[in-house]
Amino acid sequence: MLAELGHFSLALAFLMAVALAIYPMWGVQRASQTMMALARPLATGMFLFTAIAYGALTWAFVSNDFTLSYVASNSNSALPVYYRVTAVWGGHEGSFLLWVFVLSCWTVAVARFSRAMPQPMVARVLAILGLIAASFYLYVLTASNPFERLLPFYPVDGRDLNPLLQDIGMIMHPPMLYMGYVGFSVVFALAIAALINGRLDAAWARWARPWTLAAWVFLTIGIMLGSWWAYYELGWGGWWFWDPVENASFMPWLAGTALLHSLAVTEKRKLFKSWTVLLAIAAFSLSLLGTFLVRSGVIVSVHAFASDPTRGLFILGILAVTIGGSLLLFALRAAGLRSLANYQPVSREVMLMGNNLFLSAATLVVLLGTLLPLVHKELGLGSISIGAPFFNQMFSYLIGPFVALLAIGPLSRWKNQSLLALRGQIITGLLIAAVGSLLINWQYSGIEAWALVGTLLALWIGVSTVQEIVSRHGDGQAGMQSLKRLTPSHWGMVLGHIGFAVTLMGIALTSHYSVEKDVRMAVGERTELAGYQFEFNGVTSLQGPNYRGQQALVDIYQDGEHIAHLRAEKRFYQVQRNMMTEAAIDGGFTRDLYVALGEQLSNGDWGLRLYVKPFVRWIWAGALLMALGGIMSMLDKRYRLAQAKTNAPVEQLQGQTV
Amino acid sequence: MNPRRKSRLTGVLAIMLLVAGAIYMVLSALSENMDMFLTPSEVIQGKNGTVPKQGQRLKVGGMVIPGTVTRDEESLKVAFSLTDTGPVVRVEYEGLLPDLFREGQGIVVTGTLAAADLVIADEVLAKHDEEYMPPELAEKMKGIKHVKPQDATY
Repeated sequence: MLAELGHFSLALAFLMAVALAIYPMWGVQRASQTMMALARPLATGMFLFTAIAYGALTWAFVSNDFTLSYVASNSNSALPVYYRVTAVWGGHEGSFLLWVFVLSCWTVAVARFSRAMPQPMVARVLAILGLIAASFYLYVLTASNPFERLLPFYPVDGRDLNPLLQDIGMIMHPPMLYMGYVGFSVVFALAIAALINGRLDAAWARWARPWTLAAWVFLTIGIMLGSWWAYYELGWGGWWFWDPVENASFMPWLAGTALLHSLAVTEKRKLFKSWTVLLAIAAFSLSLLGTFLVRSGVIVSVHAFASDPTRGLFILGILAVTIGGSLLLFALRAAGLRSLANYQPVSREVMLMGNNLFLSAATLVVLLGTLLPLVHKELGLGSISIGAPFFNQMFSYLIGPFVALLAIGPLSRWKNQSLLALRGQIITGLLIAAVGSLLINWQYSGIEAWALVGTLLALWIGVSTVQEIVSRHGDGQAGMQSLKRLTPSHWGMVLGHIGFAVTLMGIALTSHYSVEKDVRMAVGERTELAGYQFEFNGVTSLQGPNYRGQQALVDIYQDGEHIAHLRAEKRFYQVQRNMMTEAAIDGGFTRDLYVALGEQLSNGDWGLRLYVKPFVRWIWAGALLMALGGIMSMLDKRYRLAQAKTNAPVEQLQGQTV
Repeated sequence: MNPRRKSRLTGVLAIMLLVAGAIYMVLSALSENMDMFLTPSEVIQGKNGTVPKQGQRLKVGGMVIPGTVTRDEESLKVAFSLTDTGPVVRVEYEGLLPDLFREGQGIVVTGTLAAADLVIADEVLAKHDEEYMPPELAEKMKGIKHVKPQDATY
């Protein structure tokens, strides 16, 4: 009964979305206050009914209602309750329900936190969000209904959740990623509203920035969790595979990062307006593309879950309409978005433009590498695959000039900057970075050129960030005092850049100095790897709630000293009849020791995979710092000051914007 | 030509050079790193008239023939045969096999062609889904019925 209620309230949410897409927009056209005022209640209603639908499906999972086809395919009575709650997004139908739920959350958030915006703007933005929502509700209701019953013949128990998804990383990863993906819909709606309106000013950029930052923070954390999960759960010890599914989340991130920087210029200098709008369209379109790629099964991926090719066309339709429609609108209206300010060839504006060019180039590279196999096949030229080496090579070309801009950009001034004046800082920065890089790389045998370059670039970012703070606020005692006066958004930039440097450092060192060994070991045997002795002390059996398995005991010694005791598991999930590897990791600040258990071999030996991965944790730590930087930026007072100021003279503002 | 036009011309030329360089780098990286995706039949008989050369890097997707998996007693070396219901390709690999590697399972190997029908693999992938089959293989092996969850008899 509850499932029918869920289905019904989803249909109501759809109707609300349709109304939200039509009335407020019409209201702006007719300058009707009452019709515009409908936007907020409709958004709230859409959210409430979606929440009811989502709750109903969650309850069906918790109460093991296997009469629902979707529950029967993705859950099992032996599954622990917390995994039953998260199994809601374990398959195709449920993940789309999560998608629309997240969209309704963002919509209601915009409705709630948009008091500063003039009413016509709010009405337009919410209407565009309603339009996007309506198309996805229609999709869920017609093509991907999670409330479908299996009556009268329903199974006594379910087929269980994919064991790979039974993990803490996977509990958090999809909602975070969706918050990020869908979050870009807000800045997209703002951009479209500005295009319709024909006005894009600093106030617009001030509204857009916190929303873009929020989406970007979620996406950063989502990608980081996905990478972390792949590292310890897939048992390959890799943290990024350039898999189409990963690329699908990376492209909106790159475009979103470019958008953040372009928005900064739009706010501070009233420049790059049409470029900002284009990036906002791109970021959301790439999010939709990501959804399409992951969910439609068009791309061969080793870890595409819950895909269904028959329903991909619908999403492709939404994608085509979104991109086509918004680009058409852009072509018609962008000419009106004039950027008036002047700047010289060497200035902060140009550096940021360069940053945007490189980020866009990186997005294009990922897009090319992801879509080319698909195009190649559709053209009848046969199947190809573009592997990690292509992406690695392209990104190694891009990273050098990108970091140079990142290091020099914050040091330089708006409008005009003499390079000569920065000479001292650049040379000092590079020298310190070069010495530091040599010292770090010295510890590893067989120094790799690219690792040297990578650490040098990472250190340079660090040094130049310090130089930037010092040059603006003085050093010594006065510097410490003025450090406290740094605005939150300045801290945001500092943390974001330091976070990027930390990630870059991790990538450079772990990619080049990781040592990996697949070994065959008898009980009691020892293997030496990069100065660590791994001792294999046999295998014990294991019994979990919905799996049984084996656990390998491995002790690790360094210079005769015992430093870690690891238990690497191999689990067999009974319902799905799947084997799963649970790697055991001894994490550390400068290195991870990683053991994964393979199979038992003919004479009682076991196959084991051993890794020593230097600085691998820095990759995710850096991502967390970047996310923290984003949060700091969002907290900046000026976004709230703008609200307080513009609250009163609503009528006056309307006169300006309509 | 006045100086203003001259500087503009150099600017445009520089941008064009940069773009051309970038395109060249992308294309060369692509041609170096593009793996052909083949089925075992295509490895042996060729695809569109071209048979892959020995020493070439390729990806092969096929089904592991039951009973062909042989393991070395001393090391982690393993060999098995792949098919798509036509000719058979032998694969040699040293290392741990993925969890879902099973006889009769569709898998994808990446490696180099060492002999006409022998691939030395450096990566073996099995999808984390029981029904997975490389799409190319699924096309070749039509007739295998996939049952939708709602039609399944539990």
